[in-house]
Order: sequence, then structure tokens, then C-alpha cells
Amino acid sequence: MTLTVLQWVAIGLVAIAILLSTLRLLLGPTTPDRVVAADTLSVITTAGLVALASMFDNPIYLDIALVYGTLAFVGTVAVARAIEGNRE
Amino acid sequence: MDNTLVTPAISLRHYVLVFGVCLLLWVLLVGNLAVQELLAGVVVSALVTLLFGSRFGILTGLRFSPLVPLYIAGYLGYFMVALVRANLDLALRVIAPSLPIRPALVEVKTTLKSPLGRLLLANSITLTPGTLTVDVLDDTLLVHWVYCPPGTDMQQATDKIAASFERHIGRFLL
Amino acid sequence: MNLLGDIFLLIGGAFMALGSLGLIRMPDLYNRLQAGTKAATLGTLAVLLGIGFHHPDWWAKLLVIAGFVLFTNPVGSSTIARAALKSGIEPVHGGNRKVES
Repeated sequence: MTLTVLQWVAIGLVAIAILLSTLRLLLGPTTPDRVVAADTLSVITTAGLVALASMFDNPIYLDIALVYGTLAFVGTVAVARAIEGNRE
Repeated sequence: MDNTLVTPAISLRHYVLVFGVCLLLWVLLVGNLAVQELLAGVVVSALVTLLFGSRFGILTGLRFSPLVPLYIAGYLGYFMVALVRANLDLALRVIAPSLPIRPALVEVKTTLKSPLGRLLLANSITLTPGTLTVDVLDDTLLVHWVYCPPGTDMQQATDKIAASFERHIGRFLL
Repeated sequence: MNLLGDIFLLIGGAFMALGSLGLIRMPDLYNRLQAGTKAATLGTLAVLLGIGFHHPDWWAKLLVIAGFVLFTNPVGSSTIARAALKSGIEPVHGGNRKVES
């Protein structure tokens, strides 16, 4: 499908968001900083998967987005717990 | 006033509620109301309810009255407005070259007693203007505030951050 | 209908970009967490709403995803904040506007 101008601008904004989050992921002075960036990136990815479903006109990507969101959440909580238990 | 965490005993009503929530989620995921899908959903939901119903302690504490759906809708509406305001507020702070922030950790007291109520309150605080729940210790929530006005004490912080949400959530949860 | 959907997609993208800008500009972890979580949550909701205008027949699953994002995002960020506090990362306190590079 062809994209409208507004959709291109939206994609550009999301690209900026991914770029800045990745920058924080690479810069992040501490581990929790990187976890925050990774968490934000995973949420952006969930939204991106939903947008892909619309672009390919195929609702199967919605299920992928849902499962991806679930796994990302579990991953974030697991890493946070690991950081927490680390310095008893 | 006793503010310890309360988890009411699990009753038949609770099992019916778990069954209803499972079935609702099933119907939303399937996306249609065909008879065979609905039958499969009833079987699966009943199985889940029988096997794990006693462990869904998080759903206890819901008040039962005909007005509950209305209160939940009211809470969601209020919450959405707060979420949009939070983002506009944050966007202005981020764009402003001087970065007008004055962060502080404050403690907030809650009168909600059920686990789900405290979870919803903590989530609401996290998504509203300039506040982030850091930890929940019994009836005290540790909140990070992006712009804490100088000389704010605990009572003022509670009034400003939690009181309005607590009023909305308290209508349908213990 | 499609124009309305595109506008919501644009709003979602804008909030995500602003949130990520906050992620870079904010001085400490807790402020970054605030910027990241709130903006990403509302951005995702706006994108879901926009897609909902494009494909009205997907509303049920979009609703499930929206509820899920709304419920898990704040829990995730609270968990990170608590882990950071317990591992000894001190928040920047009042009036300190130092921005690290």
C-alpha cells in the first residue's frame, strides 16, 4: 500500500524516538538507565508491530504485538529483579 | 484506623467473577461471537476458574453494587484526562531549554486496603503529571515527583497526588 | 476517517519522539523513567487509536493490546525504579538542574 504524507511524518518521528532511545541505551551511565531505554524501545516496538499489521493489512501481526508486549514486560521485570537482588 | 492490607475470603461470587473475566478476555481475543468459539471459551474459562480460581486473590476486594460499571467508567475517563495532561506537561518540560524540574522523593499515605486498589492507585500515580511510584510499603507509597513545590509536607503531597484517584478507585474497590 | 487515523498516528509518533528526547535530556534515572514511560504509553495508545480508525473491524484485539499496555507499563517502570533505589542510585534533589552529557 502507498503511504500518505502524514504517515511518512509519523514514521519519521518514531524513527527519531528509536534513535534517541538507542542513544540512551548506548550512553546510559548505569545499568538501570539502559533498562529504562530498553523498556521504552520495547513499547515503541509493540506500537510498531501494530502499525505493521495495518501496513500489511494482516491482523496476525496484532497477536505478535500482544505476545511481544507480554514477553518484553516479563523481561523488564526479570532484569529489574536481578538488579535489585544483586547488591543485598 | 486500621490500614493493613486486607484480602477478603474467597467466595462463590469470586469464582463467578474470575469466570466472567476469563470469558470476556477470550471473546475479545477471538473477536467474534460464533457459537462454537463461545462454547470453547466457556469450557476453557471454566477449567481455568476451577484450577486456578483460588489463586486470583488480586480480584478480591471489588465492591458489588449495580453502580460499579458506572464508577469504573468514571475512573477510566478521569484517568484518561490525567494521562493526556501528564504528557502535555512533560512535553513542555522536555522542550523548555531551561528544563524546569525540581525532583524530590515524597511519601504518600493511602486509605485503600485491597491489593488491586493499591495496584491501580500506584499505576494511576505513575501515569499522571510528574509523579512516579517507586515503592509500596503497606499503606505508604514512595513517589518520585518531578516538580515538588518548596516546603511540601506529607499531607499536602497526599492531597495533591493521590486524593482524587483514591476517591474514584474507592468507589468500586475496598 | 482515514485522515483522522493518520492524525492520531502523527500524535502518537510525536509523543514517542518527545519522550525519547526526555530520555536523553533528563538529569537522572527517575526523571528519565517518568519521561519514557508516560510518553511511550500515550504514544502507543494514540497509535492504536489511529490504527483503529483505519481498521474498525480490529477493535477487539486493539482494545486488549491497549488495556495490556496501560496495565503493564507503569508496573514495569515502578519495578525498575524500586530496583534502582534499592541498588543505591540516589535521585537528584530539588533545584539541581545539572544536565549530564
